[in-house]
Amino acid sequence: MADLLDLTVAEAAAKIAAGEISADEYGSAWRAAAAADELNAYLWTAEHVDALEPDWNGAGESAPAGEGEATPYGSNTPAPADSGPLAGVPIAIKDIFTTQGIPTTAGSRILEGYRPPYTATAVRKLTAAGAHVLGKTNMDEFAMGSSNENSGYGPVLNPWDRGRVPGGSSGGSAAAVAGGLAPAALGTDTGGSIRQPASLCGIVGLKPTYGAISRFGMIAFASSLDQCGPFTRDVTDAALLLSVMQGVDPLDSTSVGIEGGIELPSREDLAGLRFGVPRELGEATLDAGVRAVFEATVSRIEELGGQIVEITLPHAEHGISAYYVLAPAEASSNLARFDGVRYGLREGGDEDLIEMYERTRSEGFGPEVKRRIMLGTYALSSGYYDAYYGQAQKVRTRIAQDFDTAFADVDFVITPTSPSVAFELGAKTDDPLAMYMNDFFTVPMSLAGIPAIALPAGLAAPEDGGDGAPRLPVGFQIAAPAFAEQKLLEAAHALEGALGFEAAASDAIPWKGGAHA
Amino acid sequence: MPEELEAVIGLEIHVQLSTRTKMFCGCELSFGDEPNVHTCPICLAHPGVLPVPNEEAIRYALKIGMALGCEIAPRSIFHRKNYFYPDSPKAYQISQYDIPICGEGKLGDIRITRAHLEEDAAKTIHVGESGRIHGSAASLVDFNRGGTPLVEIVTEPDLRDAAEAAEWARLLRETVRQLGVSDVNMEEGSLRVDANVSVRPAGSTELGVKTELKNMNSFRFLQRGIEAELERQRELIGAGGTVEQETLHFDPASGDLTSLRSKEEAHDYRYFPEPDLVAIAPTEAMLQEARESLPELPAARTARYEAELGLDEAQARLLAGDPDQATYFEAVVAAVGKGAEPRVVANWVTGDLTAALRASDDAERPAVKPLADLIAAVASKQVSHAGGKQVLAILVADGDADVAEVIEREGLAQMGGDDGELAGIVAAAIDADPAAAEQIRSGNGKAIGAIVGAVMRETKGRADGGEVNRLIREQLGL
Repeated sequence: MADLLDLTVAEAAAKIAAGEISADEYGSAWRAAAAADELNAYLWTAEHVDALEPDWNGAGESAPAGEGEATPYGSNTPAPADSGPLAGVPIAIKDIFTTQGIPTTAGSRILEGYRPPYTATAVRKLTAAGAHVLGKTNMDEFAMGSSNENSGYGPVLNPWDRGRVPGGSSGGSAAAVAGGLAPAALGTDTGGSIRQPASLCGIVGLKPTYGAISRFGMIAFASSLDQCGPFTRDVTDAALLLSVMQGVDPLDSTSVGIEGGIELPSREDLAGLRFGVPRELGEATLDAGVRAVFEATVSRIEELGGQIVEITLPHAEHGISAYYVLAPAEASSNLARFDGVRYGLREGGDEDLIEMYERTRSEGFGPEVKRRIMLGTYALSSGYYDAYYGQAQKVRTRIAQDFDTAFADVDFVITPTSPSVAFELGAKTDDPLAMYMNDFFTVPMSLAGIPAIALPAGLAAPEDGGDGAPRLPVGFQIAAPAFAEQKLLEAAHALEGALGFEAAASDAIPWKGGAHA
Repeated sequence: MPEELEAVIGLEIHVQLSTRTKMFCGCELSFGDEPNVHTCPICLAHPGVLPVPNEEAIRYALKIGMALGCEIAPRSIFHRKNYFYPDSPKAYQISQYDIPICGEGKLGDIRITRAHLEEDAAKTIHVGESGRIHGSAASLVDFNRGGTPLVEIVTEPDLRDAAEAAEWARLLRETVRQLGVSDVNMEEGSLRVDANVSVRPAGSTELGVKTELKNMNSFRFLQRGIEAELERQRELIGAGGTVEQETLHFDPASGDLTSLRSKEEAHDYRYFPEPDLVAIAPTEAMLQEARESLPELPAARTARYEAELGLDEAQARLLAGDPDQATYFEAVVAAVGKGAEPRVVANWVTGDLTAALRASDDAERPAVKPLADLIAAVASKQVSHAGGKQVLAILVADGDADVAEVIEREGLAQMGGDDGELAGIVAAAIDADPAAAEQIRSGNGKAIGAIVGAVMRETKGRADGGEVNRLIREQLGL
């Protein structure tokens, strides 16, 4: 059994296709692992399907035709195809993706009990490639957070140290993969919500170019920034999932796909490639252990033939400020639809509609969501628009120009993924600004819409831990020009091989029976 | 003596496009169906859905823009207009704000400010005595209409009285109708005209405080609503008061205007660019297609009839307002050729023919040639006008009848002066009414009517009125 769970997605899919292992056996092993979740990583797993009412919309009607007929997970879940590059592979899905008939909450109490009438395009593409929905993973409410402590359904625990956060907002997906509860997972990244938890959980997280994967069915937080991407144990699996999910979607006007598609990476060296290190990194606040891992990784790049070049991203330091105007502004509009009228939570209504709106939203949203709705509403208000939203858009344009300038000289930009390793639960919940700084290295790429991958690069002792505290994973971020995913994955693959994180940290890696055991 | 107050009126027109599906999803458009049957996750604003613009709606908007002489934006964008109300399931309307698809234009003498694309709201009904959201027993929503494509057309405040506003709105309706992009039915709400109304001292160039009038669901109500509001504003200012900016609701039953001002109407829409959509950049092919599909529109046709055919403005506009009739008219003009003036053809088509069709149930217009033959026959005095009307009645019943044959068969050939038959009838009529003859002789011109009438009765309308007059006067030695 343990052998089955040790396989990467690409390995398992190949063995299933070759008839070397049974898809049923493989799927059952993962369903059992997911059901044994002790990290609060899942909000719903396939094991719970029997508890769902079959006629889920309450009106006596069953699911629309063409969806969810006779699957191992009941009549309401998206049916996987019999064959395809992911045939027989179960995948954990962040609860921000709609899944027909399966509860979908985006981590919010305001969507408690909501069972969508349709399935997100990214999930449909996975199931069309033969994948199964293994479960829906916990997350910060509406993807707002960097620690998963803003979930309406309780925090997720980091499998490396259950006293610490897994990062966020896709904390459940990251913890599920790192903790051996899923072979791979889907997440979303708006300002770092894939890369930062991947870093804190010691796995690979990829944020593709904005527009590479359809956003249809991804519950919107900040529409101009949100992008779907995979959590995997290695770069090859990230490429495999991206290859299946990318593409133009007629249901998403902003989707463009990746020209030429994506192939599994094979590169083993970095000869001739130029890696830009932002000069501003020297001034940045980051843990000594994180800096050490970053510098060691830079040395590895050089050993592989890569060239390190100093670049400058002069406006990146304003990224967080711009992000925390733009993202809440869009969120204030996107979240206005949760009003208790058509679905989800409804409170009050005895008096009149206004009272129902107020009570539903007061009781359904958590404090961070309310904070951002208020920030965003203010930023868009008449008389303040130019000073906030308009100004933030200008900063965004400047940051994108900074990257354009850099990429004229280098192939990639490299930084640490997160300024620290996983921090303790509760450590930053009273200080939103300190929490926001987690995204310092990831937000600029989101604002520029460019792809970036987080790789586990080493281990470091937490600065908030006592003597002898176990060392925790440190992530390394590589960013590339828009739609240069193939090149990015090739470089990441070569570096991954040289870093040998899995072998080096083997005893500590939770899914290998390390911390999790 | 209070100074004279001039009316200043601008219109905001919402045109529901008659596309097959909604603006941002695949649900079919409908009117009068059972509530909430034309809905999907997208137009119900389920979590995670995205809008995809209706290409046909964009093509329709381009046609409207070109028909109104608007500048077409090479690149226009959508904005979100944020407001909480159950008729808007997303809590924002996707509309256009600072860069509309159609910019400045002109229809007739009235300048167009802009025309932009947006989506219609759902229908809400507040059950209970208040009729408003506050204090209602329940609020019901029908999402069938939600998401219907709309083009909103805004004019400059160029209209100067209520009748002119209604007349111009009719021209706009006819123009849009001829494009085939909307049903433009005011009763059903596929054409909705709101008016911005203010007054100012005559000769002033500054604008007074305006009020916005809504819910006038016919051209008659539009005119009455504006008239009532102008009267209210003039009285208010005449009494030393000032007009307050507000939205007024027209009640068709009473003709009253009531203020809609309340807390829920105080909006800050927090417009920002819609991140779920990309810019609309029409290709040269799309522009060309829209341009080439434009029919000759009422304003242009009116001008052409005046300039080239010598029609007066009222007659030209009457014909141009009905494209079928105008096409028929032009065919008859061509067939008549030099046989009659276009003005005469216009009189036949809009006057006698329209009356004859109305008198005869489900009659169709006769073929072009017989009508042209008839008009030429009347013009050349082969048949009198009265006789011509009798022929027309036969043509309406049988559209392919041969006019010469009908005239012959019915004995309607005009009596000329040559064979003496008409002169004999005139002489007999004078003899039969010596009193009238005497009055005519003594200078009472009106008395001639009695003798003309007698001749016409005798000839069953075959005589030409002018000729009869001439003969009477000749025989009386005048």
